[in-house]
Amino acid sequence: MALTDNSGERRPRAPFAPRVLAFAKATALTLGSIAVTMLGLVFITFVIGRVMPIDPVLSIVGEQASRATYDAAYEQLGLDKPLFVQFLYYLWDVVRGDFGVSLLNARPVAEDIARVFPATLELATFGVLIGVIAGIPLGVIAAVKRGSWIDQIARVVALVGYSMPIFWLGLMGLLIFYGILGWVGGPGRLDIFYMDIVPTRTGLILVDAALAGNWDVFRNAFSHLILPGTLLGYFSLAYISRMTRSFMLEQLSAEYVTTARVKGMSERAVIWRHAFRNIRVQLITVIALSYANLLEGSVLTEIIFSWPGIGSYITTALLSADMNAVLGGTVVVGMVFIVLNILSDLLYRVFDPRSK
Amino acid sequence: MNAFNRLLTSAAIGLAVAVSAGSATFAETPANMLVIAHRIDDITTLDPAESFEFAGSDVSRNIYQKLVNFDPNDLEAGYQPEIAESWDVGEDGATITFTIRDDLTFHSGNPVRPEDVVFSLRRAVILNKTPSFILTQFGFTAENVEETITSDGNTVTITTDKPYATSFVLNCLTATIGGIVDMETVMANEVDGDMGNTWLKTNSAGSGAYKLVNWRPNESVTLESNPDFYLGAPAMERVVVRHVIESASQRLLLERGDIDIARNLNPEDVAGASSVDGVKIVDELKGRLMYVSLNQKHPELSKPEVRQAFKYLVDYEGMKNSFLNGQYTIHQNFLPQTYLGASDEAPFTLDIERARELLASAGVEGLEIEVGVREAQERIEIAQSLQNALAQVGVTMNITVGTAKQILSRYRARELDVYLGAWGPDYPDPQTNAGTFAYNPDNSDEAQATGLLAWRNSWDTGGLTEKVEAAVTENDRDARAQMYEEIQAQFRETSPFVVMFQQIEQSAMQDNVTDFSTGQAITAASYWQVTK
Amino acid sequence: MSGSQTLRGWLLTDAPTSRRHARLASLYKGWLSLRSNTMAMFGLGILVLLLLTAAFAPVLAPYSWLAQDLGNRLQPLGTEGHLLGTDSLGRDILSRLIYGSRITLYIVALVALIAPIVGLLVGTVAGYAGGWVDVVLMRTTDIFLAFPRLVLALAFVAALGAGIENAVLAISLTAWPPYARIARAETLTIRSSDYIAAIRLQGAGPLRIITKHIWPLCISSLIVRVTLDMAGIILAAAGLGFLGLGAQPPSPEWGAMISEGRRFILDHWWVATMPGLAIFTVSLAFNLLGDGLRDLLDPKDGGQ
Repeated sequence: MALTDNSGERRPRAPFAPRVLAFAKATALTLGSIAVTMLGLVFITFVIGRVMPIDPVLSIVGEQASRATYDAAYEQLGLDKPLFVQFLYYLWDVVRGDFGVSLLNARPVAEDIARVFPATLELATFGVLIGVIAGIPLGVIAAVKRGSWIDQIARVVALVGYSMPIFWLGLMGLLIFYGILGWVGGPGRLDIFYMDIVPTRTGLILVDAALAGNWDVFRNAFSHLILPGTLLGYFSLAYISRMTRSFMLEQLSAEYVTTARVKGMSERAVIWRHAFRNIRVQLITVIALSYANLLEGSVLTEIIFSWPGIGSYITTALLSADMNAVLGGTVVVGMVFIVLNILSDLLYRVFDPRSK
Repeated sequence: MNAFNRLLTSAAIGLAVAVSAGSATFAETPANMLVIAHRIDDITTLDPAESFEFAGSDVSRNIYQKLVNFDPNDLEAGYQPEIAESWDVGEDGATITFTIRDDLTFHSGNPVRPEDVVFSLRRAVILNKTPSFILTQFGFTAENVEETITSDGNTVTITTDKPYATSFVLNCLTATIGGIVDMETVMANEVDGDMGNTWLKTNSAGSGAYKLVNWRPNESVTLESNPDFYLGAPAMERVVVRHVIESASQRLLLERGDIDIARNLNPEDVAGASSVDGVKIVDELKGRLMYVSLNQKHPELSKPEVRQAFKYLVDYEGMKNSFLNGQYTIHQNFLPQTYLGASDEAPFTLDIERARELLASAGVEGLEIEVGVREAQERIEIAQSLQNALAQVGVTMNITVGTAKQILSRYRARELDVYLGAWGPDYPDPQTNAGTFAYNPDNSDEAQATGLLAWRNSWDTGGLTEKVEAAVTENDRDARAQMYEEIQAQFRETSPFVVMFQQIEQSAMQDNVTDFSTGQAITAASYWQVTK
Repeated sequence: MSGSQTLRGWLLTDAPTSRRHARLASLYKGWLSLRSNTMAMFGLGILVLLLLTAAFAPVLAPYSWLAQDLGNRLQPLGTEGHLLGTDSLGRDILSRLIYGSRITLYIVALVALIAPIVGLLVGTVAGYAGGWVDVVLMRTTDIFLAFPRLVLALAFVAALGAGIENAVLAISLTAWPPYARIARAETLTIRSSDYIAAIRLQGAGPLRIITKHIWPLCISSLIVRVTLDMAGIILAAAGLGFLGLGAQPPSPEWGAMISEGRRFILDHWWVATMPGLAIFTVSLAFNLLGDGLRDLLDPKDGGQ
């Protein structure tokens, strides 16, 4: 994917000074391409927003508004200016970190995003952690014991994960584990009585509660997080375990593994010290991708669990033509994607045995 | 497959015991706290001069007092004195003078003065936001408010452009836009001459039973009680309205005891929840009407026989008894029940033969039309039921589902053949519906009277416009009621509107919650009288 | 019998007599090794069943998918005459599922035609042409990749209006960039091979090289990817249906059926579960088949 194509290629070592130059050039290129991507992102979102047949003015003034009220709002939004001018205005604001004001709730979009993004971040992080912790060992074992019953189970677990409609699984999970068994917290991030107790520092309730040393809130937040988090984690697990298996198989059939085995190295050492070491870089890419997908916000999960995250924020905004909010949300999600790309690229360089 | 089968089996077993389980593990909300699950994503502002949505009115009703207001425990009594302790109507019939109570205070501690009342009403007119028509229909404008809304000593006087029925004027003042704000606090937060509009969108400055703690869009609204409320400190010291979209989620929360009241249960979940111990269902008739309307620009739909035929093609009984069960009642007039002059005549029933004859006599054949309907399950089902009936008389109706904004945009532009949707009254006076269903002074495209339902359907009302105008100024209550009955009788037979149902709101709540009211057809929900 | 024996022998020959013979023989060998993979065959079997169901829907369905009966709604599983019960308007769920298979196939076929082909075009052109064409095309791909897919699909559907065709287009719009990347990567490897150089020396133009020599080599990895993506596509379509932006009522699209039925999930769970199960089965079938195909075609996996 975007992360990998040629970042791992071996390049001949150059003398120091040109290397610095080359580095500067590469950095400039990277920054340039990020800028171009972001610009394209903003532009497309903007165009979508303007060509959509949903009337943003109507969102503000409501169904019963008179013509005069409507016209006043129309001008206030600057919709009477040419499209291109509107875009430039918008771009200038975004560059200064100002996403404008939500048409729907009159708050700065940046403030809204600061409120909803941590909710998604918390959920996605939990999900991807489950995916990594359970998915990688599962994938490795499946590859090592290829064709065994454990491989088959791993395959079924993963494929079921790929094939399950999440809104159905979510509702059923809620019914069983919350409604009937009462093991986990219900919809929302916290029970009502635990709301507004710990000060918001990061927006991640688990972290905030830990910082405040309030373990009751922490436990409650965790009980709400665990079900949607595990659900998302399952889907992430499905993907990560399949990819791990595939990467491992490739390594295990390589000659150096045979050599190592012939040399009498223990199977454990072969697997973890050699084969697994070599797939770390590829895995980073896969994990980053999985994380990025979760960070887009799983709208359906968020709706079912009344989780106030960025996915449902953008969706609601989109359906009511609150274009400032949609643009802001999209730019942030796009930015996160790009940052993850760069991070995984960096890690790639650090870990890639060939680039040392 | 294994894991899935197991899950499915356990789900099935779980479902079998779902109803019996529960009470053993009941949680409970604190005794001084009311927790409500409701869809609140329609709130866009909490400024009473601007707020115009259902969920927003609920919040506003509990924060702001009005000149006259409704008692939640006796809504039938009509408007009662609140900030105004009494009022006099001038001899010309166009001035009303209110005497202001002198013992009320805002949450800030400032006294509620006649100046605050004048400021609040003038402000609503000058800001000219969406609901401003409720006041400006009496002739108030930004230019004349200095003369038309004035105070003197402990009185406030308003002067309308001509005599109106007093009940009409006072009913309008009970709407959200009549909320009285604390002038000093609001103006202290003014930015760029916005009269505090930006600040009030997310803050409160009222004198009512509650003050706003915070509003998190699409998440929750939290209110805190006002211990100095003039009717005594409310029993519920904190009210949290939590945004929960799914009916199933609301029901689970209720059955687990994590909330006190669930306001958006669908009929199936109401049926399910009502069989749970410790949960009760409270029905309240609301003002919202479900109707189908036919665009009179359409050459076939504008024929009188076709309009009539549609009224025989709705399976009123079938729908009421199935998927609308308990949440809608059959109602075929534009004034909701409990409104002055409301008629409960319901002459139409599903009659395929009759409809077929009517269509044949109009010479309609192979008609194909499009209906626009908002993305809401019950409306989509009504549309499908109608589609089914129309198919039996050879009319093809294609359903276009869209978001509320998409469908409304086309409806307002007179582009839809058929519209299926709901209408809720804006203030508790018959004029609110008469003035939109049966009033259309200029039916031309240029008029752009997009707020009028009659205009949206290109219907010239066949003379009802004048009758509606006459009814607004009739000061004799019985005579006025009689006029509305006549208007409705003609409307029922000739209009291109097929009014089908009136909404019943079913709130499911814990047994111990008493006196909760969603405000019935005339106002919004109130919390201060609630105990548990 | 003996005829087929001969045919089998002909197909399994080590010395093909013609190009067509060689191709058929390799296909047959692939088929044999696929057949030894029970799970993949299981998936294939389900898909064949799905095809048959769609083809013979009017014969198989006990009722019309439109027939309403308000007095007979939300009947449970195993009700007399309604094996899978009835929905909110009293329509037979089994009949609707059977007709819905046509819509599912339609979605799958359309997306499978659009997304990989767009991706193939963009990827091979970028990879083969290089230079600024490559930069422009790949930047565009990056933009689409960085775009939240959901927003893109939703925006597209919202802009063009809800409906099954638009949902398919929206999904394709979000699905092509990965194909473009795969195709480009393959093209880069193939382009520099001696074999392409030889063809170029023979005077073949770029168009011919791309269509006749690069595309066929990219196809196997694309097929694997498409099959594995199918489940995601069906689920995405169902998700759009769930949000009310996919198929329009009264269409028996499975995702829309779940969306309609989810209101009753606590008391009448089968209304949403039956279409959920249908989606699950078909997705699983595609996944099983795709997994088998990957073992077969993707050299990375080591082969048998």
